[in-house]
Amino acid sequence: MAGNEIAISVQGLKKYYNNIPVLTGVDFQVKTGSIFALLGSNGAGKTTIVKILTTLLKPDSGKAAVNGFDLVAKPENVRQVISLTGQFAAVDEVLTGRENLIMIARLRHLNNPRQVADDLLKRFGLTDAAERRVSGYSGGMRRRLDIAMSLVGKPQLIFLDEPTSGLDPEARIEVWKIVKELADSGTTVFLTTQYLEEAEQLADQIAILHKGRIIAGGTLAELKKLFPPAKVEYVEKQPTLEEIFLAIVGKKEDK
Amino acid sequence: METTIKHFISDMVIMLGRSMRHIFRSMDTIITVTLMPIAFMLLFVYVFGGAIQTGTDNYVNYLLPGILLIAIASGISYTAYRLFIDMQRGIFERFHSMPIARSTVLWGHVLTSLLSNAISVIIIILAALVMGFRSSAGVLSWLAVAGILALFTLALTWIAAIAGLSAKSVDGASAFSYPIIFLPFISSAFVPTDSMPSGVRAFAENQPVTSIVEAVRSLLMGQPVSNDIWVALAWCLGILVVAYTFAMLAYKRKIA
Ligand SMILES: Nc1ncnc2c1ncn2[C@@H]1O[C@H](COP(=O)(O)OP(=O)(O)O)[C@@H](O)[C@H]1O
Ligand SMILES: [Mg+2]
Repeated sequence: MAGNEIAISVQGLKKYYNNIPVLTGVDFQVKTGSIFALLGSNGAGKTTIVKILTTLLKPDSGKAAVNGFDLVAKPENVRQVISLTGQFAAVDEVLTGRENLIMIARLRHLNNPRQVADDLLKRFGLTDAAERRVSGYSGGMRRRLDIAMSLVGKPQLIFLDEPTSGLDPEARIEVWKIVKELADSGTTVFLTTQYLEEAEQLADQIAILHKGRIIAGGTLAELKKLFPPAKVEYVEKQPTLEEIFLAIVGKKEDK
Repeated sequence: METTIKHFISDMVIMLGRSMRHIFRSMDTIITVTLMPIAFMLLFVYVFGGAIQTGTDNYVNYLLPGILLIAIASGISYTAYRLFIDMQRGIFERFHSMPIARSTVLWGHVLTSLLSNAISVIIIILAALVMGFRSSAGVLSWLAVAGILALFTLALTWIAAIAGLSAKSVDGASAFSYPIIFLPFISSAFVPTDSMPSGVRAFAENQPVTSIVEAVRSLLMGQPVSNDIWVALAWCLGILVVAYTFAMLAYKRKIA
């Protein structure tokens, strides 16, 4: 499915919070049907980029488009084709799993909300928990429901902001499986992560965000050439790369 | 255009249904907004009532308007709470990234506030009837009462929206309502103001609750309404406009 069409294009994106720069000129492109991973440590600005791309936040300058629609000029068109799974599970705790899905299906004006909900519950292994209130769900179940809610109405493009943070290894692998299946069905996936391993497992394209910029990007093979683990002296001459490199290696060793 | 309007209304109904479910599934909310005011009413009528001289032979009649205002003031603290939780849990962001009119999200909470307070007001009036409340008011007077109470609810709802949108913690989101719940106690809601010491009395006679209570009481008792009704309306409208303005500022800041 991964053709040469561009699903997301970002140029010179800048964002300040109270005059403090968070994004200082971000550029990247995401191909339709691919999995794109935005890799960055805590506070790098990943969520800020996701919020801008999902029309929740306006950039201070730069251009960004989703499926050719400019984010600032045509936010309604963008919202028609995207879906967001935010960093913190955006589910209604008081409702049951099924009620959550039906609610989203109704808001998307689908013809058969109950059927849509049942299908997704089954697909995500939540049928047994369907009638229970979400407040009693485990972290992994909540995340699965959260992602299921984002799939209602089959959006062309789905944003997952740190979908596996805070999950145990088992739940993490389940989310990975879901992401792979999504991409196989032709959905474009934009995900953010703090873990190189996750990007490695999932992504066709990886971009590393650091100090408000994409400091490296490409396929995993291309990135590996940039960080040859043996050449420590090379890294030492490039302090920013070193920080990233050490962050990545440090996190991998934590496991 | 027509489907846009149709979708707007159906989306609004979905939002309303969602937060009404939140209320019906929260024992805490139900107890606070209906049972507590009824308990207050029982307490004042059967325990303190005998000692209170209001100049009316039926203390329930005297008391009811103030009880209704207390119920509404407790009700809107839950509006602030629900709004705060929605903002914090990220469900606002999910809705805002979906192809629906964004205003339905906030207005869903406002409608819920109006509807749920109307329900608790009706329940409390029914309980008052059981306790001996009798009204000689005609349909027009009842409509006027409903209008004043709805306006009062709406005004307080926008205060709640400010709190819910700008609070930093759950407690902060609902704490603002305590002074509002307390206002009826320093008004003519339970005892006539002329029994109060002069300083307190000056406050009681010039704060919004007294005029609202007096207006509602006169309407329910079928007495001629004095100037109070205009003062009450002016207070409600004034609070509404100011609170709405600040709530919108807080809202824009949140979603900018
Ligand atoms: N609403 C905000 N106001 C001020 N600063 C913010 C706000 N949101 C995020 N930041 C700051 O912007 C930086 C990037 O945040 P974020 O995009 O959440 O990073 P990430 O998702 O990569 O952890 C952080 O330093 C964070 O403290
Ligand atoms: Mg983040």
